[in-house]
Parts: sequence; C-alpha cells; structure tokens
Amino acid sequence: MLSATSPAIAAVSTTNPTAIAMFVGFVAATLVITFYSARKSSGSSAYFAAGRRITGWQNGLAVAGDYMSAASFLGIAGMIALSGYDGFLYSVGFLVAYLVVLLVVAEPLRNAGKYTMADVLAYRLKPRPVRALAALSTITVSTFYMIAQMVGAGSLVKVLLPGIGYNVAVCGVGVLMIVYVVFGGMLATTWVQIVKAILLMSGSVLLSVLVMSHFHFSLSEFFHSLTNISYHDKSGAEVTKDFLTPGMKFKNPLDFISLSMALVFGTAGLPHILVRFYTVPDAKTARSSVVWAMALIGFFYIMTTFFGFGAASVLGPDFIGRNGGGNMAAPQLARALGGDVFFAFISAVAFATILAVVAGLTISASTSFAHDFFTNVIHHGKERQPGEEVRVARITAFVVGAASIGLAIALGPNANVAFLVGLAFAVAASANLPAIVFSIYWKRFNTAGAVASLIVGLVASIGIIIISPTIMTIDPPSVAASARHLIQHAPIFPLENPGIISIPLGFLAAIVGTLLSREPSAEARFDEFVVRANTGLGAEKATSE
Amino acid sequence: MPPEEPHLPPDPTPIVGSAPDISSLTHRGPKPSHERTAAEEAGDVDWAGLAASERFKDLLRAKRRFIIPAMLISILYYFALPVLVGWFPDLMKKKIGDGANIAYLFALSQFFMAWIVAGIYVAKAGAWDRAAAALLHHRSEK
Repeated sequence: MLSATSPAIAAVSTTNPTAIAMFVGFVAATLVITFYSARKSSGSSAYFAAGRRITGWQNGLAVAGDYMSAASFLGIAGMIALSGYDGFLYSVGFLVAYLVVLLVVAEPLRNAGKYTMADVLAYRLKPRPVRALAALSTITVSTFYMIAQMVGAGSLVKVLLPGIGYNVAVCGVGVLMIVYVVFGGMLATTWVQIVKAILLMSGSVLLSVLVMSHFHFSLSEFFHSLTNISYHDKSGAEVTKDFLTPGMKFKNPLDFISLSMALVFGTAGLPHILVRFYTVPDAKTARSSVVWAMALIGFFYIMTTFFGFGAASVLGPDFIGRNGGGNMAAPQLARALGGDVFFAFISAVAFATILAVVAGLTISASTSFAHDFFTNVIHHGKERQPGEEVRVARITAFVVGAASIGLAIALGPNANVAFLVGLAFAVAASANLPAIVFSIYWKRFNTAGAVASLIVGLVASIGIIIISPTIMTIDPPSVAASARHLIQHAPIFPLENPGIISIPLGFLAAIVGTLLSREPSAEARFDEFVVRANTGLGAEKATSE
Repeated sequence: MPPEEPHLPPDPTPIVGSAPDISSLTHRGPKPSHERTAAEEAGDVDWAGLAASERFKDLLRAKRRFIIPAMLISILYYFALPVLVGWFPDLMKKKIGDGANIAYLFALSQFFMAWIVAGIYVAKAGAWDRAAAALLHHRSEK
C-alpha cells in the first residue's frame, strides 16, 4: 500500500510554491479580519453573537461556510468518486435538512434565546440540569466533529506539503483556530466563514466548469461516461459498474433510511449551526439567512455531481485509491483538469474550509461551556464580575483547541475518523432535536423529558455506533495497523449509521420522561414562550455600533 | 431670542461609547430594551392575555396550517428517495432519455422540492410578520 502511494506524494511535492503562497494569503487575510474584529467593541453580545449585527446574506454565507466542511467538500467528492450514487445521497440529505431548520427551529430559537441552543431549553425548564446536559451534548458533538476535521487537515497538508509534517500541520491549524476564537470571537469567526464560503463556492464552480468542458459541455456525454467505469475491487478483481446505480456502498436498504434520518434531522440540532442565528438582528433576518444558506448549499451539493462523479469518470477509482484516497479526489481532479496552479488553489480552499469549520466548532463549544455551564450551572445565572463569561469562554476556547490538537496528534494521520462526523449528526438528531422541538411546540414538555432525551440520545448514538460496522469490523490482515477499525469483532448492529434506532429512542425518551412527571412551572411559562417565539416580543436586540 | 444658556461644565461623557451590553455599570435608571434580560422584560407583559387573544390564536393557526402539512409532505417526499432506492433498485436504474437514470433525477428533484417549499414558506411568512407586528402594535395602544 505504502509503495503504491509514495510516487504520487513525490509528484505532488513539486507544487509547493503556489500552494504555500495561497495558504499564506488566506491565513494573512483571516488574521487581518481577526485583528479588526478584536478592536471592535467588546462585551458578551459582541463576543458570543457578533453584536447581532450580521446581515441576512452574510449569515447565509456563514451558515453555508460552517456547514460545508472538509467532510462535505473532500469527503463527499471522494465518496461519490468511489461509491457513486450512494455518496450523492449525502448531498441530498444535507440540503433537505435545512427545511427542518427553516420551518421548525430557526425563528423560535432566535426569538427566545440569547447565545446557545440551551437557552431555548432552559427558558421554561429547570435551567441547571438542562443546561448542564445541553453543554455536555454541545461539547461532545463539537469535539467529535473537530477531531475529524483536524485529522483531515493534518493528512491533507501532509500530502500537499510533504515538507510539513502531520503534527506541525495539526498544531498550525489548532493555533490559528485558537487565535481566531480567543481574540476575534464570533465576529472574526463569522467573517472567516464568509471568506471561506466564497472561496469554496468559486473553487467548486471552476472545478465543475472544467469537468463539463472535459465532456464538451454535454450532459449526456457526461452521464454516459459514468455508466461503464472499470476499477479493481478490494479483492483485486476488475469490475465494471454504472456509477449512477444505487447500492455500491450500502447493501441493506435500511442503511439508506438510517443515513437519511440522521442527515435530515441532525442538522437542526447541530449547535455550531444553531448559534449562527443569534448573530442576526431578528427572526426575520434569521429566516432570510436560512434561505441564503439553502440557495448556496443546494447549489454546492448539486455541483458535487460534477466534481464527485467527474472524479470517478476522469480519474477512475483506481487512480484515486492510489493517490491519497477519496479525500484527495477533488484536489487530484483539479490537478488533472486545471494543472498545478488550480490544484494549489483547490488545496488552499480545502485548507481554508477546515480552518474555518474548526473555528466555528470551537466557538460554539466554548460559548456553551462559558454561558451554559460556568455562568448558569455553577454560578446560578450570575456573572460575578462583568466580562467574566467572555473571559471563561476565551480560556475554554484555548483548552478546547489544545485538547483537539493533542487528540488529533495522538490518533495520527491514518486514523479511521470519518465516522465521527456521522456520529455528530446522530447525536444532534437523537439528543438535541427532540429536546428543542418539544420545548418549542409541546406545552406539557418538562425537565424530565429534556433530561431523558439528552441522556438517551447521547448514550444510544454513541453506544450503537460502537457496535456498528463503522467501529466494529474484522479487517483483513492486509489493512495497515493504524487504519484498522477500533474493535476487531463482527459488528453486532448491522447498519453504518445509528439514526434509525437512536433518533426514535431520543424522541421516545423525551415523551416518556415528560409523561412520568408533571412540572406546573414549565407549563405556566409556555404562554410567555410561545408569544415570544412567534412575535419576537422581548427578543435580544442587536447592539448599536 | 432664546434665553442665554447658563455656563455648564463640559459634558464628561466620552463620544465613543462602550458596548451597551456591558454598559449597565455606567448608567442608572430604567434599562433600554436591548439590555433587559428575559426575566426583567417578562414582568411588564401580559403574556397570558396575549396568548389568549384572538389575533395571536389566528396567527398560530395560520402558521400551523402551513408548517405542519409542508413539513410532512417534504419529509414524505424526501424519504421516498431512500425507500425507492433501497427496495426498488431496478425501477430506479431505468435511464431517462440518453442521460441520467430515475434514481439521479429523483435525487436532483429533492433540491428543487426544498427550494420550492422554502420559497413558499418565505412568501407566507411575510404575512405572519405583519400579523405579529399588528398584534404588538395593538397591544401597545391599549
């Protein structure tokens, strides 16, 4: 395996100067943003919510930027390139999920909350248990997601810039993300997302246009090229497949259902997406920002058709497998069609993507710790000194960043961590979504229900994924030790994604927990909550310049 | 001619103010609305009265009448994709014309479904915004 990849790595190493120049350019731009953000007025609402002065299109770009992670850009392109149609199902789910965000969650959340997802849960319910668990769930989801991105960043830089080692790359990404979040807060993080989203969209459009020009701008020629793609499967036999046919990755129909459930219900529970709706002045702007995000995200995921399937057709799965694997499919395609300069550009875009997303995750984790856990759980909702909450968040961001660097280095570049993103979606859908939806729409919902859904959703998602084939698989002896599945045992749960079991369990736990107890105070505050959520009366306002 | 102003000492307030959300230390008196916490603001509003008012109930009914069916229909439409792909692969493999197959086109249609539902929602939401504003206006007049 190693001998097959090293010539490709050697070939890649000749492209350094352009790639380095573009990396440096992006990093410099983001540091300028951070510098200006840090000079703007301080205060909790400025630090945690960018003063609530982000406009609709800006927040749309930032939401899209937070969402189109390296797992989307590199991962989905690679998955489509290697597994054909099944990979494209991710693209579909990622967009449709925003209907749940738009219709069910975004506006009530903006109207009734302040800085975190837990604000909405704590509104009617007993704040301490609910906030403690919501903070735990937020930090868990963010950390899982972040480690997957950091390992991806390290591997990417290792292949693109072999002079820089994996550890150095991980430290570099970690330090930059700490700088953005600690000094620039939400304002810097948002603008880094915006710049990155624009870069990612332009890179994807260029790449898609190059793919179509390869097929003489004929869709039928493009789709025809996908019907007979030959490659060697794991056993070494040559096979020819139609890449538009479902079932190359998932054999069990229930796998399709379980994945679709986690995707479509997970997004509305992802804390780093939800906090973005606090950065806009009101619910109406939150709505328009979801619409902007849906336009961008939908357009982007439709383009995965061109650069995902295009990579399968132009490069072939064998070539991709030999040259850095699925995650490198999009950059390799850029190299094949656009030469070294374009390759460097796409690589810089991928790097920018990772950097922006880890910064977004760090700020959502540190906000939740400072606001939910430190101020509200430990200190009963009171800041002992002005500015304490922001100070705690800055320290937390530093700790979260350092811990992620440590974990990513400990896991190493070949670690099989792609499942962590799936796990983050499963936890978000199973633990967070039931609590959010019921606290907004169900008067009878109470603390016991929220606690039950957060605990059961979290434990069920993690527990089921541990016994699923993503972690529990017997690898053939040819697989390198570091890339092996964590538990060498036949899987107990047959599906890749725990959603089909864990999501109903989370909702069921919320209902059972609620019905087993009564909480008159929670029901009494429902009138207040529902008026607030639907009219914006008393909602947190934007701060003046 | 206005009476001559008495000589006042220069105003010591700095021209560049600090952010309002930490400025509670610097001034007294009733807080401006953007500084009030939820609990403080809840005090001066008759929430139960508002929630029970016909205008508000109409607003909620109008929202529910759209959001619940729209959510159900889009979720059914979305889950039709994994169901068809999982259990009816032969149907989904069929080519349409000389290009893509049904599986791909149905997946692609999901994007347009999401955009259309979002578009209708935004069009409807404008009326709800006006209804909510009228409700709050009506309340402040009382």
